[in-house]
Amino acid sequence: MADAAVPTLRTHGADDASEGMSFLETLPQRIVRTYIPLFIIIVVLLFPFYWMVITAIKPDEQLIDMEGYNPFFVVKPTFKHIYKLLFETNYPRWLWNTMLISVVATVLSLFASVLAAYAIVRIRYRGAAWVGGAIFLAYLVPPSILFIPLATIIQAYGLFDSPMALILSYPTILIPFSTWLLMGYFKTIPYELEECALIDGASRWQILTKIILPLAVPGLISAGIFSLTLCWNEFIYALTFLSSTENKTVPVAIVSEFVDGDIYRWGSLMAGALVGSLPLVILYSFFVEHYVSAMTGAVKE
Amino acid sequence: MADAALGRAGSMAALPDRSLWARLKSNREWLGAWFMMPTAILLLLFLAYPLVKGIWMSFTDARIGRGGAFVGLENYEWLWDDDVFWLSVFNTLLYTFIASVIKFGIGLYLALLLNRHIPFKAIIRSIILIPFVVPTVLSAIAFWWIFDSQFSIISWSLRHMGLIDTNINFLGDQSWARTCVIFVNIWRGVPFIAITLLAGLQTVSPSLYEAATIDGASPWQNFRHITFPLLTPIIAVVMTFSVLFTFTDFQLIWAMTRGGPVNATHLMATLSYQRGILSGTLGEGAAIATAMVPFLMAAIALSWFGLQRRKWQHGGSDA
Repeated sequence: MADAAVPTLRTHGADDASEGMSFLETLPQRIVRTYIPLFIIIVVLLFPFYWMVITAIKPDEQLIDMEGYNPFFVVKPTFKHIYKLLFETNYPRWLWNTMLISVVATVLSLFASVLAAYAIVRIRYRGAAWVGGAIFLAYLVPPSILFIPLATIIQAYGLFDSPMALILSYPTILIPFSTWLLMGYFKTIPYELEECALIDGASRWQILTKIILPLAVPGLISAGIFSLTLCWNEFIYALTFLSSTENKTVPVAIVSEFVDGDIYRWGSLMAGALVGSLPLVILYSFFVEHYVSAMTGAVKE
Repeated sequence: MADAALGRAGSMAALPDRSLWARLKSNREWLGAWFMMPTAILLLLFLAYPLVKGIWMSFTDARIGRGGAFVGLENYEWLWDDDVFWLSVFNTLLYTFIASVIKFGIGLYLALLLNRHIPFKAIIRSIILIPFVVPTVLSAIAFWWIFDSQFSIISWSLRHMGLIDTNINFLGDQSWARTCVIFVNIWRGVPFIAITLLAGLQTVSPSLYEAATIDGASPWQNFRHITFPLLTPIIAVVMTFSVLFTFTDFQLIWAMTRGGPVNATHLMATLSYQRGILSGTLGEGAAIATAMVPFLMAAIALSWFGLQRRKWQHGGSDA
């Protein structure tokens, strides 16, 4: 008798914290409370990308004539904008610049962070905690305060308008974050492993390269991917330190190169924005878990 | 045992005397110094030195192309009387406050939504982060196009639904421009806040909710007495970062409005760039940038207090 009134317990795997009480919710309630708001939010978050793609493949006449053609759809899509972008502008050069700068800066900062994180967490020299705190504070100094004096310094070193200017400045943004993240990672590696190695006579350098680094590969990947996206996303240093067209990075180039006076070449602009985002999105899609753990790991620490 | 491994070799009498070099190699301070060297060089040269130099520059009349002479507080006096400067301060505070509050609200709501039992959760989580992964400037340009005064899809849709008659001048009207810029900032920031808070939510043990529900707690009470207090440290950290990066935002404004119309969306960072680099008066630009520092220190102090409260969660008493 009572069986009919008792809602059946869902028995499939509980991989989140909500499973416990969710059997009390009926399906209509779930649709209204959860699925519809989620759907609305996702649509708002993703619509600009849909719009970007549509504009990039829309022929010019359809872009301008919004009454004749429904702007939400495309009739006879064209690759003309993307073609123009890739072959008639400096876009490949800009893409190459951005990738080169990002990769070198990331490698440099990872190198410095690994050493620093290991030193603070394991070697624990005098004052290590203070240095750790100082590095954390360094993350809180934003580029928009430093860019003016840095510009004069870069000029003085003769690095103006060269990729080296960015390769050397970006680590100031990347190192604090990576160090912080890697400190958390190194702490999870059991100290016994190092103890054994030390007893067997290994030097610190050997311990670092042969024991710690192989175990910390997920952390390195997370820090690396997050650093790459930070480099690609950086704008103000790139805008200030680079001036000639061939040396620009993708974000700066898109903002300044596609507008002749009052004519905005929207098709090419959107194509440029799309192609500029694609490498990052593809990279991100392969390493989602690492990216998320980098983001949340740093905050949780 | 650990002590012996950590290098106090002198206590074992049977070991031969080690050379100075061998002792030096395992000395902690020596090793530590070498390990810290790359970080120290990069951060000192490109972060600490510019910071100090920037503050010094704000007291000079440096221009692009020539060095500056010390002029004391002249730059600050000039800024004190400058309406555009105060407008940029107001804009920055308005932008930061409104965007952060709404980002927090929507982010928390989204995190709570994602914490429930939904299918394809991992894919949805990945999709939600995409606005945060895509470079800010590129999505700002997409919004620039969406908000274009002639071809805006929003105007088109509203007109065809019969709600308005003429296109909205999104980026040309002062209030509209501010709204649009704040909206884009929210659009970009919500995923970050949501995913981070979600990670925090997942550390809350479900047995707490079960116990409370058995005792008759409503969902709101669950949230207010269990979820929120346990989330406070993460909220403090996340919001500090969010406020910090919103306050010093440059690229979003620059890509969408360049600070216009009529300086309505100029933030302190964009004004600093315009005065310092575009107009060439480096000293003045540095002064504006330095004026941002007090606000930043306040944000840091807030995060520090937020972090201190953690102790009671681990069973200790409030510090």
